[in-house]
Amino acid sequence: MRHGRRAIVFLGLVLLLAAVPPAAALLGQPFYVDLLRRVMIFAIAAVSLDLILGYGGMVSFGHAAYLGVGAYAVTILAVYGVHNGVLQWAAAVGASMLLAAAIGAVSIRTSGIYFIMITLAFTQMLYYLGISLDVYGGDNGMRLPMRSQFGGLIDLGNGTEFYYLVLGLLVLVVLFVRRLVDSRFGMVIRAAKSNEPRTRAIGFSPYPYRLAAFVISGGICGLAGALLINHTAYLTPDLMHWTRSGDILFMVVLGGMASTVGPVLGALVLLVLENALSNWTEHWQIILGPFLVLVVLFARRGLGGLLWREERDG
Amino acid sequence: MAEPLLEVRGLSKSFGALSATDQVELDVLEGETHAIIGPNGAGKTTLIGQLAGDLRPDAGRIRFAGEDITALDAPARSRRGFARSFQITSVYRDFTALDNVALAVQAHAGHSFRFWRAARGDEALRAPARAVLEEVGLGARAEVPAANLAHGEQRQLEIAMALATKPRLLLLDEPVAGMGAEESQRMVRFLATLKGRETMILVEHDMDAVFTLADRISVLVYGRIIATGTPAEIRANAEVRAAYLGED
Amino acid sequence: MNLQLVLEQLLNGGQLGVTLFLMAAGLTLIFGIMNLVNLAHGSFYMVGAYLAVTFYRWTGSLVLGVLLALPATLLAGAVVEVIALRTLYERDHLDQVLATFGLILFFNELTAIIWGRVGLFTNLPGWLSGSVDFGATFSYPLYRLVIIVVGIGVAGALWYMVTRTRLGMLVRAGASNRTMVAALGVNIRLLYTLVFGIGAALAGLAGAMAAPIYAVQPGMGDPVLIQAFVVIAIGGIGSIRGALAGALIVGMVDTLGRAFLKPALATLISAPAAQSAGPALASMLVYLLMAVVLVLRPEGLFPARGR
Repeated sequence: MRHGRRAIVFLGLVLLLAAVPPAAALLGQPFYVDLLRRVMIFAIAAVSLDLILGYGGMVSFGHAAYLGVGAYAVTILAVYGVHNGVLQWAAAVGASMLLAAAIGAVSIRTSGIYFIMITLAFTQMLYYLGISLDVYGGDNGMRLPMRSQFGGLIDLGNGTEFYYLVLGLLVLVVLFVRRLVDSRFGMVIRAAKSNEPRTRAIGFSPYPYRLAAFVISGGICGLAGALLINHTAYLTPDLMHWTRSGDILFMVVLGGMASTVGPVLGALVLLVLENALSNWTEHWQIILGPFLVLVVLFARRGLGGLLWREERDG
Repeated sequence: MAEPLLEVRGLSKSFGALSATDQVELDVLEGETHAIIGPNGAGKTTLIGQLAGDLRPDAGRIRFAGEDITALDAPARSRRGFARSFQITSVYRDFTALDNVALAVQAHAGHSFRFWRAARGDEALRAPARAVLEEVGLGARAEVPAANLAHGEQRQLEIAMALATKPRLLLLDEPVAGMGAEESQRMVRFLATLKGRETMILVEHDMDAVFTLADRISVLVYGRIIATGTPAEIRANAEVRAAYLGED
Repeated sequence: MNLQLVLEQLLNGGQLGVTLFLMAAGLTLIFGIMNLVNLAHGSFYMVGAYLAVTFYRWTGSLVLGVLLALPATLLAGAVVEVIALRTLYERDHLDQVLATFGLILFFNELTAIIWGRVGLFTNLPGWLSGSVDFGATFSYPLYRLVIIVVGIGVAGALWYMVTRTRLGMLVRAGASNRTMVAALGVNIRLLYTLVFGIGAALAGLAGAMAAPIYAVQPGMGDPVLIQAFVVIAIGGIGSIRGALAGALIVGMVDTLGRAFLKPALATLISAPAAQSAGPALASMLVYLLMAVVLVLRPEGLFPARGR
């Protein structure tokens, strides 16, 4: 029962999330369906970051870039009349993977502080690019002309249907990443994180594996971007604002790195907390900021550290 | 005489004004155990770095198994059969002993762009890894996280990882460093069982270990090899004795 | 294009370069010596700007406002170091990044509470608002020239401090050997606090000088911080020389790109295409430059020795 506790937490979380739409309907609070759909979309982004951060040791402070590119890909196709969801989402994932390949190719050659600065800088570049793209709304953004269409199979305009689609994708992503990190491929990136000189000495060149992980991670985050633009139905460069990269990073650490399930928990706690605080005061960030500092200083292992024993294989 | 397995010619590396390795010449023959000794600061670490591919030499060539490997990095040398242990124990502390060795097996089992099957359930990796662990005497400790192994066991684990890559040459960087007398003797006995089967470079301070194990010894002083020969020749060499005077 | 325009843009680039240098110098010092990645460095830029405006309004003198803002930012930096950052020196970069990210949220919101979210605008005092004439055809705003001169002066003073003074000696020694410095009887914690305060004050100076010509608003330091990261990535981390070179390169490339890329593109492709592609490309230029530098020299142009 190596992953026993963690699997139970995940199962409980999924059941809880599945119960939200009927519960919200019962309580007459449809807002919660909206909030938790947003939570799950960010959870997908956070799980994708955990793949390279928690397992690969790559501190990307630029994951908002892929969120943004996924959203832009969907919107741009929609502007030109392509509303087919399969095409749109494939484009979102593909474009994000391409971008991740380009950014990763440069940044993975460096390490440590350079990696952080460079991923942050490239995302800022895309943010400015988004601002200067007047055709697609520039600084002010633009409405998504029409939500992605799936030939009547699923209607994203229907809040509940969309909700369960996101939940299904979240489960798939978590299981996929889980599978990935336990594979031969996953063992290499974890080994390279744990002890790079040793990894090189036994014959692995970490670079191509890290780059591949970075690209996969970007692709998953791009999918989250495609979901997010359908969720908000409004495209803005703010999707790529650097503080959003910080938020996603914080979700992973808050929930517990290298646990796949932790980031889901982190997204849930952070966004629900944000929502509660912002209902209470306009100046909620004055509380969230110090909260973040305290988590880093005193709760290093995140919520996962409390809920399941530390996995020995980090 | 057959071509040596490892052939080092004119290897030089300096850091600023300090010449850390200076025109090093070294031949390691197939099957021999070749010790490199020298006082502290003689440039052993720099030499090892260049042999293993972590440091780029300023000048000189390294040939390994008939191929010029001077420009190859550490992973590429490992794939050609060059395995090493580190002076300061270097294992995957969070992984079990078996995981550690299985990774070494995996590194030499083709590419690892295999995304689906669980590596820990893969007998193609686990079985050979278990066999090597048995060989070094860690069979009963396979499922213990490396961090929880005793110091001596971690050093054995390093050698197990090196052996798991089926190396043609084993570079051992102070394998008995930091060990108690008993642990140290056990390690020397184990290395003696590898002697003849594996080609080994042994960089070591412990003279008992060196004179027990080595077929030939090279003495490194101020970045230069001042003598190479059998243990008896080295013992008798006046220059070597002078270099070590006041050192120990 | 005419010579005056080029000259003007070169000076603008110099002004941006000076600002970036003041930011990057503190960042790189703090990283080189304490091994701390401080995302909240941009907050000191913002704090410097707000304090300068506030003191300017109280005293009626811009010079006094800036001069008062400096020690105040230094103090703010020292307080933050003692309360929050000191414990982070031994942590990994991820912890440092996250904790200082939390600090940014805090500072941005704090300024919004104190001064409001709407930007503050200030006028230059009369004696600084004129232009300097160079010959008959070219003139340049006096205040911007002052910024450049002050920046060059500070760069010189910093160079002197690091290479020629006891403090600088301790700083350099502390970077390579903490225990040795501690053994000399130097209070290393105090030294670190002081260095951090100086770094904060440098950022504060950049912000204070920017206050009269840009909108002073919450979060104003963050984009500057990210550009300073680009500067450091290009120049090489931990070295003042790298920060200076990187700052000038980024300042020039960014300014000249924004001014001349569009017209230059228009000679190659159609004017409407250049109209839209020019600004987009110009805003990406320094980042692309960074990518090229990193491909060629992953350690930056002037990496610090032994690092």
